[in-house]
Amino acid sequence: MSTPALAAGALPGGEAVRAAEQAWLRRRRGRRLSFTVWGALFLLALGAASEIGEVSLARLAAGLPMAADYIGRTIPTLRWASLGEDLAEWMWGLDAWVLLLLDTILIAYTGTVLGAAAALLLSFPAASTLAPRWAVGASRRVLELARTVPTLVFALIFVYAFGLGPLAGVMAIALHSMGALGKLFAEVHENADLRPVEAVRAAGGSWGEAMRFGVLPQSLPGLLSFGLLRFEINVREASVLGIVGAGGIGEELYLSVRQFSYPDISAILLLLLATVTAIDLLCAALRRRVIGAENLRAA
Amino acid sequence: MLELQGLTRRFGDLVAVDSVRLVIPDGQMVGVIGRSGAGKSTLLRMVNRLTEPSEGRVLHEGQDVTALRGTALRRWRTDCAMIFQQFNLVQRLDVLTNVLVGRLNHRPGLLGTVTSLLKMFTAEERAMAIRALDRFDLAASALQRADTLSGGQQQRVAICRALLQEPKVILADEPIASLDPRNARTVMDALRQVNREDGITVLTNLHHLDTARQYCDRIVAMQSGRVMFDGTPAELTGARLREIYGVSEDEFEDQASEDTTMRPRPVAARLAVA
Repeated sequence: MSTPALAAGALPGGEAVRAAEQAWLRRRRGRRLSFTVWGALFLLALGAASEIGEVSLARLAAGLPMAADYIGRTIPTLRWASLGEDLAEWMWGLDAWVLLLLDTILIAYTGTVLGAAAALLLSFPAASTLAPRWAVGASRRVLELARTVPTLVFALIFVYAFGLGPLAGVMAIALHSMGALGKLFAEVHENADLRPVEAVRAAGGSWGEAMRFGVLPQSLPGLLSFGLLRFEINVREASVLGIVGAGGIGEELYLSVRQFSYPDISAILLLLLATVTAIDLLCAALRRRVIGAENLRAA
Repeated sequence: MLELQGLTRRFGDLVAVDSVRLVIPDGQMVGVIGRSGAGKSTLLRMVNRLTEPSEGRVLHEGQDVTALRGTALRRWRTDCAMIFQQFNLVQRLDVLTNVLVGRLNHRPGLLGTVTSLLKMFTAEERAMAIRALDRFDLAASALQRADTLSGGQQQRVAICRALLQEPKVILADEPIASLDPRNARTVMDALRQVNREDGITVLTNLHHLDTARQYCDRIVAMQSGRVMFDGTPAELTGARLREIYGVSEDEFEDQASEDTTMRPRPVAARLAVA
């Protein structure tokens, strides 16, 4: 503990200590000032945003019990004495729900695979170290468009085009994944060592062959890792696609919400949670293996 | 016959290579010596057009190589294989596939392209690769990943890749600068063997005069982008060397050692799309 006024004058050590202490004090003053200014601006922005976004403590206070009540209604009555029957009643639609969940996973899987394939094709011209500027610009614009439009909006369009059902969901996920993955893939390619690429060119290989033999082997672990991460995300995305009629468990969930079948909501959400968690764990383990194996080889 | 006519390359104000004229008959092994920055690499890279000349022409069998575009340029690059200082193998691919990269431009048509992209090579092509590897005692490593090999082995794999192109000329850009003396010898022996047995013209950049004297039929000495000497090893006497570089042969060798340990060639920040 030291009061600055005392410290600056009375510390032993002469000129060097005094000068350093002065500099330190100046810096602290500067930091305190900027902390105050930025803090005030932050609070102001928060206040303005809440005002415009109609966030009010009163409404929050009034609404919270309602939310709690809603959640309370979805909790099924489970008695210890008749646990078996109660569970059976709660999960009355298990067979259909599991099938719908499998549907959801398949929509996510097919969508991810198709999207990743398209992303791979577009990622090479989108890599700024590998392709001419015009190609980079053009392919990046296409990827941006594909990932700016939310999956749900694509799903709405495709339901209109292809009719109700999983096809619309698969297309929507594929298109959005193409945009999201294409950008990440291109960034992985940009980190590739260019020397092998030059060697393929010097051997008379075409640009495509240089990408296939010079870049792809280097990028592959990165691509796999990002692809698995996207699959995780897509399983979650696919679970709500049913709301617009694009297949999967979402439609059933939406129906029970609309029909106020409260215990069904919790049953479906629980199954969904279990599925998403399982996929997340599986993908994380696979990603660790891909990356871990890579580190082992590099060592 | 390979002919360089008034070959010049400027980078901004810097003249890296200054009106170089060389006539290289088929089957010759030519060593280009000079210090770092003398323009040796730029000269070599202009021959297969990895670097575009600012002025001048390269002729091979009377054909103007500097005017080639597209598939014709790729055909010339196949005829004129290149060996790099850092070997430039794809580290994560096995040795066999690295060598087969040399065949890519020998696989015509859509079918050739599609099977190439799927890495589907024929048994004959694989046999050809193994025969090349076997010449340098590397056949047993064919299925290993390239990064498990030593530097000298990797450079010999790179020579095999070059051989699979069935080239008329091999350009070797500082092939031994990243290698220890023993590995350097095996690589230079391999280049010499290819030159003698297959009749392939070899044009190689070297830092060390010793190596050039020992292996090459002809030595070209460069200084600041210009050719200062062009003749047989016997003609490049200590007195001649002092005239060009202002140092004795021992000093020249010392500087060369420093140069090579100093730095590998900088990597391009962007792929030249030609």
